[in-house]
Amino acid sequence: MARLEVENVSVAFDGLKVLDDVSLVVDSGAAACLLGPSGCGKTTLFHVVAGLSLPDTGRVMLDDADITGHPGKLAYMLQKDLLLPEKTIVDNVSLPLILRGVPRREARAKALEYFDTFGLAGTADRWPAELSGGMRQRAALLRSYLFSQKFMLLDEPFSALDAFTKADMHTWFLDVAERFGTTALMVTHDIDEALEIADVIYVMRGAPQAGEPTRIVGAEHIVCPRGERSGYTLTEEFLEHKRRVLDLLGRG
Amino acid sequence: MSMRHKTSAGSRAQGATGGLQALAAPVTLIVLIGVWQLVCSAGLIPAFLLPSPVAVVKALVSDWQLLAGHAATSLIESLAGLALGIVLGFTASVLMDRFETLYRAFYPLVVLTQTIPTVAIAPLLVLWFGYGMLPKVVLIVISTFFPITVGLLDGFRSVDPDAIDLMRSMGATRLQIMRHAKLPAALPHFFSGLKISAAYAIVGAVIAEWLGGFSGLGVYMTRVRKAYSFDKMFAVILLISVMSLVLMWLVGLVRRIAMPWERAERRARR
Repeated sequence: MARLEVENVSVAFDGLKVLDDVSLVVDSGAAACLLGPSGCGKTTLFHVVAGLSLPDTGRVMLDDADITGHPGKLAYMLQKDLLLPEKTIVDNVSLPLILRGVPRREARAKALEYFDTFGLAGTADRWPAELSGGMRQRAALLRSYLFSQKFMLLDEPFSALDAFTKADMHTWFLDVAERFGTTALMVTHDIDEALEIADVIYVMRGAPQAGEPTRIVGAEHIVCPRGERSGYTLTEEFLEHKRRVLDLLGRG
Repeated sequence: MSMRHKTSAGSRAQGATGGLQALAAPVTLIVLIGVWQLVCSAGLIPAFLLPSPVAVVKALVSDWQLLAGHAATSLIESLAGLALGIVLGFTASVLMDRFETLYRAFYPLVVLTQTIPTVAIAPLLVLWFGYGMLPKVVLIVISTFFPITVGLLDGFRSVDPDAIDLMRSMGATRLQIMRHAKLPAALPHFFSGLKISAAYAIVGAVIAEWLGGFSGLGVYMTRVRKAYSFDKMFAVILLISVMSLVLMWLVGLVRRIAMPWERAERRARR
């Protein structure tokens, strides 16, 4: 488990300010969602958090370490599963271990231990092209998990899936995160998804292309524990949270 | 029930069409050779201008030992040229992928190697490097360098930038990104380039041998042409075609072994 703190991050590209003084905290073992309209700079913030790009100001702290500009500290998963088509599922999943210098045989054995839990039984020696979208996302999630059990950055990981698969993946993700005590920060533009998964939702607003840099305009804390959210979308409490989030987005 | 019946009838019909399509090329070839034989047997074209297929096969059989020796020379030159072309192409493409300045400086030159007419440069190579194997190998390297280098470069650049970002986020080094993402992604492009190169290689060797040498199918060809032995001329053309086809088939075979995921992708697309 790990605690993430983004402190006063600002980013500009070619004089165009994209993020303005963004700060947020994800407590150890919690799941936070970043919610905001398309093109507001969520992925830019993620690149900064993942250490893939440097902010103009501010820093990113993981526990007590400054990880600004240092990739390789947090697991990162994107909307696309990005499984390498030339590797079997087990080789794809064990890639982070191999990159770390773990011998191939050992890395595969370690990855295989989790195949049942991640719903991937029987797929080890298959090629990514042979798997359904949901299965591929599970494999990608296991790959992220094997990279870092402590912290996962998820950039719209389920947005490409159909509604039924997506619902299944939410339930399954909550179960896995609970079981392994993983801390997660997830980007989404789906309010319902955020309300089903997160302990806290950070709402981002702005339109950098129109000269309005993105800021975090508020945080919505969900009281209902993550493990008790089956049928949550039908409750009055859910609608109340949704109303407040929509207000923060300026669409209430 | 009737749906299932229709479907299986449909797939049977599809299978039959597929079988017919597979036969189209060999049947056409057999018909053409048959017509050629008939035209020659009927004496419509004199034998010294166009030998019959039977005469060509006879020439091939009677001169087989001599042809095999010359073919071995051409094959060794081709394989040496191909191997060297692969090594140079691979090195150049990896360096150009790594250093953008090198890419900008040398890419136009790589393209230039493709525009050099083989027939025009071959006499110069013979002049510079003598009548041995070297000018032939150099000519093959020049003609195979382009498809291999460009194929690999395109392949390296075909990797999804997000996949590279993901690997970077996992702390992968440049070498690891090359080894795990770029090289495998470049394989289809590499093999396509290699297939073209394999066809170029044999023809390149023959062209270089025309212009000077002691052994090789090109040397044999020049001799039989001067003797007006057109049956032997056709026999050697046949041999060159067969050698090129076998080389291309071998490249395809290695590709299938090296890229087992391609079959899964094809099945998934269906």
